[in-house]
Amino acid sequence: MATIDVAGNAVEVDEEGYLADRGDWNEEIATEMAKIDDCELSDNHWEVIKFLREYYEEYQIAPAVRVLTKAIGKKLGPDKGNSKYLYELFPYGPAKQACKYAGLPKPTGCV
Amino acid sequence: MADFDVPVLKEYPVIPVIQPGSMAHLSPFKSKPDHNTGIGFPGELVDDWHDKAIAKIGDMVKNSRALQVFLDICVKCGACTDKCHYYLGTSDPKNMPVARQDLLRKVYRRHYTFAGKFFGALGIPGFVGAADLTKEVLDDWYTYFHQCSQCRRCSVFCPYGIDTAEISMAAREIMDTIGIGSKYNNEIIVKAHKIGNNLGLPEPALVNTMEGLEEDVKDETGIDVKFPVDVKGADVLLITPSADFFAEPHIDGLIGYAKVFHQAGISWTLSSYASEAANFSMFIGSGDNLKKQAMRIRDAAIDLGVKRIVAGECGHAWRVAYNFWNTLIGPFDFLDPNYPIPQHICELTHDLIARGALKIDKEANDHRIITFHDSCNVSRASRMGNIPGGQFSIPRDIIKSVANNFHDMAPETIHENTFCCGGGGGLLTDDLVELRVKGAMPRMEALKHVIDDHGVNYLTAICAICKSQFSKVLPYYDFPMDMIGSLHQLVSTAIQLGEKD
Repeated sequence: MATIDVAGNAVEVDEEGYLADRGDWNEEIATEMAKIDDCELSDNHWEVIKFLREYYEEYQIAPAVRVLTKAIGKKLGPDKGNSKYLYELFPYGPAKQACKYAGLPKPTGCV
Repeated sequence: MADFDVPVLKEYPVIPVIQPGSMAHLSPFKSKPDHNTGIGFPGELVDDWHDKAIAKIGDMVKNSRALQVFLDICVKCGACTDKCHYYLGTSDPKNMPVARQDLLRKVYRRHYTFAGKFFGALGIPGFVGAADLTKEVLDDWYTYFHQCSQCRRCSVFCPYGIDTAEISMAAREIMDTIGIGSKYNNEIIVKAHKIGNNLGLPEPALVNTMEGLEEDVKDETGIDVKFPVDVKGADVLLITPSADFFAEPHIDGLIGYAKVFHQAGISWTLSSYASEAANFSMFIGSGDNLKKQAMRIRDAAIDLGVKRIVAGECGHAWRVAYNFWNTLIGPFDFLDPNYPIPQHICELTHDLIARGALKIDKEANDHRIITFHDSCNVSRASRMGNIPGGQFSIPRDIIKSVANNFHDMAPETIHENTFCCGGGGGLLTDDLVELRVKGAMPRMEALKHVIDDHGVNYLTAICAICKSQFSKVLPYYDFPMDMIGSLHQLVSTAIQLGEKD
């Protein structure tokens, strides 16, 4: 199993960099994962990550992209409630990249 | 953007000079043991993999006359060599269909033909195009049978009709049988068995998402369009890819289906138990899993007491539905025989438009200049309507009924000649992005022509894989990622809701 180094601790991730054990998650891990992708997490990134984690807690799945954009639009303003803005935050795709930093499994299927 | 060379789009198609081994480095992640055991295969490579694989080939040719003929009959005429989008995009000669087939054919010849056994015993199997199954050959199988999207374009041009997809499916099944599977496919099939869809979307999340869509459509149109889940006694059970619930641009297609049902006054429902049209078991050639996945649909239809089953926009699902459902999960004597069993959402919408049952404002799509990408499995493995070629004319008729600006791509790239999007057949995974981008080249080249000549800004597809694949690869070719959309998004834009005249 691959690992990433977070403040001196080895954290297990899968071959695509997703957290092996969701229970391991903390904010330092998210920051480190983002750093590996050359991404610095802003407050707006954190809003997305927070929402993903809350939704997952309730539904055991990441939200649909539309559910996410709607929620972010409510939190950060209607001009940010669209997938274009989310792609600016997470250029590898909001569903996959943001899920990774949030410690959630990668969405699978035809997505 | 990419750590590989993105193909340059040319003025006209050029058959590339071969670059042996140029894609030998790329194969998908292998599945974890529990993904393999979860669908009835050994967790990891078994000790007697060689003998087991050879025996499996023997079983398969005994059970499938087609497979045996495909392995026996190739005369190496070369007609297929320049027909594969992966060869055209990668220049790797093992991506020529004949070479891909030969990876399996040479082992079959070695053990199941007189010539192969005779010269094999003399130690020169290569003399008759036969070869022993070594670890290197097995690695080649894993690599190159996961660089085939089973699109069947090559088989259109083969004078014998050899179907590389059948060979690629068979090869994947042989590999699964000895404990080697691809993570992307096998993990998804496990989820579909367990939860009912590829995403692993449980019922509460499905209901929550559909409620959100009801709010959105209400906000947008002022009309109460329903997105029902598990409604007993509905007339129609809609079986659609779970990407339609989750991803962009797919979800706008789902909204389109719902508006059509609403306006036509057809009662319909989704099923949280059978919440997936896709059936990835076809991609790995596993009949048992194919049937197990499909059976959820029969069970849900009976449980909900529906009269019709309608399939949403999903390419390979329509192949499974149209060609295999009746054998796998039929007979459908409990459904209304007055409607096609199963029925494609495009057939349904097409009939309604033809009967004048929907009020359409074509001008609402005037900002779009549209082209249509034929999906492989719809084009080459199924039909729509009751006329030959209905799978080509029906989607185009719908587009032309709901929009004013439509331009087809070049004839050698559409209808039965269509080029794969580059992500079909169980390859729509991030670990194969290089292959996906390169394999999309022929389609992108044809698209560029209609963009340059006609200003096309909307690429229509009726397949969840095509939609996700294009969203991913369009930017590599400097096209906007959001120019890909559902056919029913066009319908959604044009349909006039509310009181009928």
